[in-house]
Amino acid sequence: MKQFFIFVKKEWLHIWRDRRTLFNLIWMPIVQIILYGFALTNEVKNSEIAVFDQSHDNATTAIIQEINASRYFEVSQYLHSYKEIGATFRKGKISLAIVFPENFQDNLLHNNYAQIQLIADASDPNTANTLTNYATAIIHDYQQSLNQNKDLPYTIKTQLRMLYNPELKSAYSFVPGVMALVLMLVCAMMTSIAIVREKELGTMEVILVSPLKPFHIIIAKTIPYLAVSIFNIACILLLSVYVLNVPINGSLLLLVLESILFTITALSIGILISNAAKTQQAAMFTSLLSLFLPTLLFSGFLFPIENMPLPLQIISNIVPAKWYYIIVESVMIKGLGFWAVWKETLILVIMTLFLLGLSIRNFKIRLA
Amino acid sequence: MRVLKFLLQKEFRQILRDPSIFRILFIAPMIQLLILPLAADYQIKNINLSVVDHDHSQYSQILINKIVSSGYFRLKDYSATFPQAMHSIELDKADLVLEIPIHFQRDLVKDNKANLFIAANAINGIKAGLGSAYIQQIIQNYNQTVRMQWVQFPRFDPQPTIDVEYSDWYNPNMNYQYFMVPGILVMLLTIIGSNFAALNIVKEKELGTIEQINVSPIKKTYFILGKLIPFWILALVVLTFGLVIAYVVYGIVPLGSYLTIYIFSAIYLLAVLGLGLLLSTYAQTQQQSFLVAFFITMIFNLMSGLFTPIESMPHWAQVITWFNPVTYFIEVMRMVILKGSVLADIKTQIFAVLGFAVFFNGWAILNYRKRS
Repeated sequence: MKQFFIFVKKEWLHIWRDRRTLFNLIWMPIVQIILYGFALTNEVKNSEIAVFDQSHDNATTAIIQEINASRYFEVSQYLHSYKEIGATFRKGKISLAIVFPENFQDNLLHNNYAQIQLIADASDPNTANTLTNYATAIIHDYQQSLNQNKDLPYTIKTQLRMLYNPELKSAYSFVPGVMALVLMLVCAMMTSIAIVREKELGTMEVILVSPLKPFHIIIAKTIPYLAVSIFNIACILLLSVYVLNVPINGSLLLLVLESILFTITALSIGILISNAAKTQQAAMFTSLLSLFLPTLLFSGFLFPIENMPLPLQIISNIVPAKWYYIIVESVMIKGLGFWAVWKETLILVIMTLFLLGLSIRNFKIRLA
Repeated sequence: MRVLKFLLQKEFRQILRDPSIFRILFIAPMIQLLILPLAADYQIKNINLSVVDHDHSQYSQILINKIVSSGYFRLKDYSATFPQAMHSIELDKADLVLEIPIHFQRDLVKDNKANLFIAANAINGIKAGLGSAYIQQIIQNYNQTVRMQWVQFPRFDPQPTIDVEYSDWYNPNMNYQYFMVPGILVMLLTIIGSNFAALNIVKEKELGTIEQINVSPIKKTYFILGKLIPFWILALVVLTFGLVIAYVVYGIVPLGSYLTIYIFSAIYLLAVLGLGLLLSTYAQTQQQSFLVAFFITMIFNLMSGLFTPIESMPHWAQVITWFNPVTYFIEVMRMVILKGSVLADIKTQIFAVLGFAVFFNGWAILNYRKRS
């Protein structure tokens, strides 16, 4: 046991004395949480749009004003011909153009019917969809206001309640995802590098001839990184609550325990990668390519998993970040207790045990 | 020049004789390009609906059918009570709850008005926003049909209607892959370019081979160029592979010209490779260098407008994106491929990226010291 602790101390000194790396390990998650927490959002606001108004009457002016006044749009260009629409789209700043035909108000008042054309730059289908939906809603509101004085019979009223996130802030869905991303990357990548580094520099030989068992070597390697990660978890949670204003509605203890569990999963992935890799470069790229993008995509915070083709939906099940994301969302945002996440927790535990077992079995005590 | 030739020969041999580099450079990105666009689909469809129907009337049945047949919603379950439906939301089985109160039909017909309750899981704000907008639209339409049934047409004053017509340019089928594939290609190029370059000089430092170069008569500029050119060529080859995959697998043919893409990519790659080299002149170990390079590329990629639109960011974050070369490349790729923009349309982006290239490489040359 004493040998074991000495070994842990050695690993700790590796991290502690490499101040630059330690510094990176600590400030990187912090910067990322702040940056992504604020900047990664798909809310549409103040989107720049163009207007091609061929009638210039009271009705069109009123509609343009309504649109400009909403928080979604900012009318930034007035066009004078159809051709200009294509030209502005190609420059890339404008993503929606509203076209009013001639005699808009006349048609509306006398024929009770007028048309508006919404031309969206659908190269980003999602934004295009959202923008046209919002613009249509505003135009409909205007139309309703024309009918205000008439009392319509047989009306169905809908009452709408937005649960958990009444302001529809995207931080609520992004912060749990960013937590998964940051923890996974920092833990897995750093451990994988730590072990391969010893191989590459030749110090592995010294460790292998020591009386320590492979199991102990691996555990000792991970403990210091686990400590750094726990510190990171604390920072991340503090930042989400006090800087990003994402509340912790459930039990803090449960959240922290689940995060530590996830960290251990990430660490064991790191060890597994380091077993397979021969050079630091290979370890880094393997962890980068096999962790960063899958975590980003399959955790489900950027792209809904249910939209993916079935094989990918199945693959997403082996990505630990997916389960962690569900856990964080349930505990942190929905405020649910352990009863709601025990299945996900069990999956993470099994994954971790499996990965740890695999990496201990594959740990080579002989040099090639 | 002869020196440069030998340097290039050395670098190319080093790269080509390392099988793992080849794997990393070609196979991994190709797999990613094949899988990622399939996964990156952000259209809002398949909203799971849980219905609490207390009325069990003909009207409520018709309304539910209308909602389900609209294509946006999947009827997940009928719940007997609202708390039971809430439970479905808690377990992520449902995204939206529609509660139809008792006597819905009677109230609507006799009292001229009736209420419906909708509750949406708003953790994903966009999904909740669009989902509730869709369902309200359907309810409005249904309302209109009911009205037409009960009110004789002549009594019913025609109301002014504004008809909104849509057209979606450049991507009329709303194919999300057309949008994502060019962007993902950019991301892969950036990750590969900057990280490889970042590791390269440090590796020589760590293994000690840099001393041999330091005592040789190789000029600093040649040294950096010797490191830069091989990766530049390899990255252009990766780009070509990527464009071929985009064409063969996803059927993406640029509306603009390939030449525009290559001209811009050539300049862009100089910038990211320069950034990598710059980092590696500072770092002492591969671990340090990789970590910083990775961190920077990750921020660059996530803040580039690849996954979430730049216009949605707060102003200060938008300012940060001006200093992000990836932003320009993704913009340009999407503009050229989807909208057929020509060189004149992307002037700003070209100059910006050219500036980055000069800045990073110049700094790298200045910072590389032959003394340790």
